[in-house]
Amino acid sequence: MSTTAHTIDTTDKNIWDGGQSPLKASYGKLMMWFFLLSDAFTFSALLITYGLIRSAHPTYDGTVEAFTFSNEYWPIPEKVFEAVPFLHGVSLPLVFVGIMTFILIMSSVTMVLAVEAGHRMDKKAVEKWMLWTIIGGLTFLGCQAWEWTHFIHGTGGGGASLSWNEYGPADFAGLFFFITGFHGTHVFSGVLLNFLIYYNTVTGVYERRGHYEMVEKVGLYWHFVDLVWVFVFTFFYLV
Amino acid sequence: MHTEETAQIQVIPADKEKIKKIWMTAGILGLVTALEFLIAFTVPHEMETLRVSIFVAMTIVKAFYIVGEFMHLKYEVKALIWSILIPMILVTWLLIALIHEGSAIYNAIYL
Repeated sequence: MSTTAHTIDTTDKNIWDGGQSPLKASYGKLMMWFFLLSDAFTFSALLITYGLIRSAHPTYDGTVEAFTFSNEYWPIPEKVFEAVPFLHGVSLPLVFVGIMTFILIMSSVTMVLAVEAGHRMDKKAVEKWMLWTIIGGLTFLGCQAWEWTHFIHGTGGGGASLSWNEYGPADFAGLFFFITGFHGTHVFSGVLLNFLIYYNTVTGVYERRGHYEMVEKVGLYWHFVDLVWVFVFTFFYLV
Repeated sequence: MHTEETAQIQVIPADKEKIKKIWMTAGILGLVTALEFLIAFTVPHEMETLRVSIFVAMTIVKAFYIVGEFMHLKYEVKALIWSILIPMILVTWLLIALIHEGSAIYNAIYL
């Protein structure tokens, strides 16, 4: 009798009643997705603020060649970001930020390869690709440190601080620091998480556990950081 | 000893097709970024609307590949895909609304 009741129970069971995964994803992965969604809200808020403040400022309407820095109008980004390390004085608009974008995309690719290797229980390959991902992240951070230093010191016009800058309205530098700074902080914590994963892989934690799902979860975070940069690149540097 | 031998981790060989697909996606992302770069310096600044539309479209293409392929969202169940996408669509609305609001502030100050 109890068996009959049991059968009725399972057939009438709603998928949300527990005991199964309606979204076909593990708890950890799902929570990472929802965390990333909330993180996306924060980044969206920063970028939307940029959109609002920029559209409330006058735009430069002369020719690009005749452009000069002024607090009267919003600067053309390619005129602000045109320096590349070791090539002092050469105007290379957006080249350095293009290199940074490429570095971050590449480190995203090595992360996918690490996740793929994890699925195959290939410890050596996970180690290799995680190491490349960490190197990519650190290189990006180094580039950003250079970019910030250059932006703060400026090109002889007084540089930039949170309250004033040589490039345009005060808010321009403020938004630069907040948006790229918040993203850089994410890259930094991403590198720390990646290192933790690398360490646990080397010491065989995941091999003993029987799966490399942690690589996937941190991988999601790392791709998200790359995704945010794609948006920052477009809305801060290109548009 | 023997039981430990059988418990050894079996490394599955890599699927060439899968690896190829990852590098293909990477290639697309690199290509789109290069194209954005090209457009930034070939399409004149006077055609602002065209420039912005191209950049936004290309960013969405890149986002699609990163989220769909790299983050694997394309292959998740529909309920998960929509629970991520719908909030972001609403955020896009906020972006449009506040940029509009920004130009209203501009008009109030300068016009």
